Amino acid sequence: MSDQARPGDWVQIHRVVLPPGERAPQVPPDTQAVPLEMWVKGFLLGAAGPGETASVRTVTGRVLEGRLVGIWPAPGHDFGAPVPELMTVGGEVRARLAQGGGDANRG
Amino acid sequence: MGRDLSYAGVMGRRNEIMLKAVGIDYRTYSTGVLAFDYEALMAEAGDVQEIRRIQRETHVGDTPLWELGNITRLVRTLAPPGKGARIFVKDEAANPSGSFKARRAALSVYNAARKGYPGVSAATSGNYGAAVASQAAMRSVGCIIIQEVFDSRGIGQPEIVEKGRACEAYGAEVVQLTVGPELFYVFLVTLEETGYFNASLYTPYSVAGIETLGYELAEQMVAREGRPPDVVVVTHAGGGNVTGTARGLRKAGATATQVVGVSVDLTGLHMASDRDFNRKSFTTGHTGFGIPFATWPDRADVPRNAARPLRYLDRLVLVTQGEVFYVTELLAQLEGIERGPAGNTSLAAAIVLAQELDRDRIVVVQETEYTGAGKHPWAQLTFSCKNGITVERGDPADNAPGRRIVLPEDPAQLRVKEFPLDNIRRSYLRNALSQAGDRRLTPEDYRFLADEIGQDEDQVRSLLKEAAASEAN
Ligand SMILES: Cc1ncc(COP(=O)(O)O)c(C=O)c1O
Repeated sequence: MSDQARPGDWVQIHRVVLPPGERAPQVPPDTQAVPLEMWVKGFLLGAAGPGETASVRTVTGRVLEGRLVGIWPAPGHDFGAPVPELMTVGGEVRARLAQGGGDANRG
Repeated sequence: MGRDLSYAGVMGRRNEIMLKAVGIDYRTYSTGVLAFDYEALMAEAGDVQEIRRIQRETHVGDTPLWELGNITRLVRTLAPPGKGARIFVKDEAANPSGSFKARRAALSVYNAARKGYPGVSAATSGNYGAAVASQAAMRSVGCIIIQEVFDSRGIGQPEIVEKGRACEAYGAEVVQLTVGPELFYVFLVTLEETGYFNASLYTPYSVAGIETLGYELAEQMVAREGRPPDVVVVTHAGGGNVTGTARGLRKAGATATQVVGVSVDLTGLHMASDRDFNRKSFTTGHTGFGIPFATWPDRADVPRNAARPLRYLDRLVLVTQGEVFYVTELLAQLEGIERGPAGNTSLAAAIVLAQELDRDRIVVVQETEYTGAGKHPWAQLTFSCKNGITVERGDPADNAPGRRIVLPEDPAQLRVKEFPLDNIRRSYLRNALSQAGDRRLTPEDYRFLADEIGQDEDQVRSLLKEAAASEAN
């Protein structure tokens, strides 16, 4: 992400909402030690480079400011990899049904 | 303007902000120290027929009810002779946003639009976000969804990342946060700034919206089999699903139907812990929400939670993550219905409970949810492995939340663990006592507490005594 983003690009900005010392009192120690961070996406207002302060207009029309961290960002999630422990389950239960025993007689 | 935007400042304005953002003055429903008129509060949402009409305007509800013939056959290979009830599923994934949450969102967004709010907002990392976004798209109001998604390494829960994507697909703004209950603070700031309606999961609108699920289900079963189901199993987290479904069943006359709540056992994982966050392989339908919300519903984002599951639960059972992934595979491979894992939590229990019942009995799994990237056994288990969790075949009894996920070697290994309702009732009453503080409970409070825990007043008094005694220790 070395390129400058242009006005109107769909970008993601990042901001620290609460730094470590200011977290809610009921939060456990591991969470107390880290900031509460926020990410929002919108259309870039003005030009900005990665890591620079940028403003966006979100789809609801709000104007929000933060550090530019993504340009046309992809969600990144997927279906994962095939899980070996699950691959044989279908065959196993079909074989069990084929052996009979469990007739589906209604009532 | 100089509004105080500090954490303490905003939290101090919480009641004022919520009154504006929900449009319900909860104080008018108080009838005692603790007591409030629950039925009068629920009446804010309208009756079942009115709600159905509103939901049909935006294509919500009227989902199919299917018999799972092959899974029933499988159950009968496991059950003692004469046992093995018939299992049905209500395919809630057929709702516009892919889950029963569309029913909850429908009334909230309808009321927000009718009352002239410029938009709706909800604090949710679940299917509810997509539901609100989808309904907001249909009624042409703005929508902001606030999610807890990432740990401090910036690694997102795949299920939640997918739900965020879905919200954006419906045209909503998505605010993504790292772990922590201060999400509520961000939510309050957003409501105050935008003047949006709080489409909370816990208003009467949201919970009454689920009554149509129970109502339809009873109607469909009566039309098909001439009688309501014997048992309805309900995936349980915040309690709306149990509450709304049970209320709808009763309103349809299915008063003898047993309502069984089912949660995935995540005992030991802390919900607000940065480290534990991504050691969960499920983000809803689990004990991390299910138990706290049953023992004290009013921890919600509105002063009085309309979801009060302890009033309606006949039984609560736990299953493990591995068992739910396994039955998700069974549903796809034996029935040809591929759906998301979280919605199949109650299916895992149904397969076990059906083995206890005679063959002419009927068990209904009251929902499914959509599946997709991130919300899928492969996605969730791949993520588990990346976070150092062992995935193996074996006896699900060896499951260890946050450390080991065990996929059964054989369907005979599927089990449920009873969660004694009396434990929840005692905790509920302990919480109630601490809320009351020095104030003396009125006769109305005793009646209310009896309704709250689904028992009579004598039982309340005896459990209160036990609770007070254990407090003193
Ligand atoms: C698919 C699915 N099932 C069940 C539930 C549990 O519903 P509730 O939180 O009302 O108990 C949820 C909500 O988190 C869900 O998304």
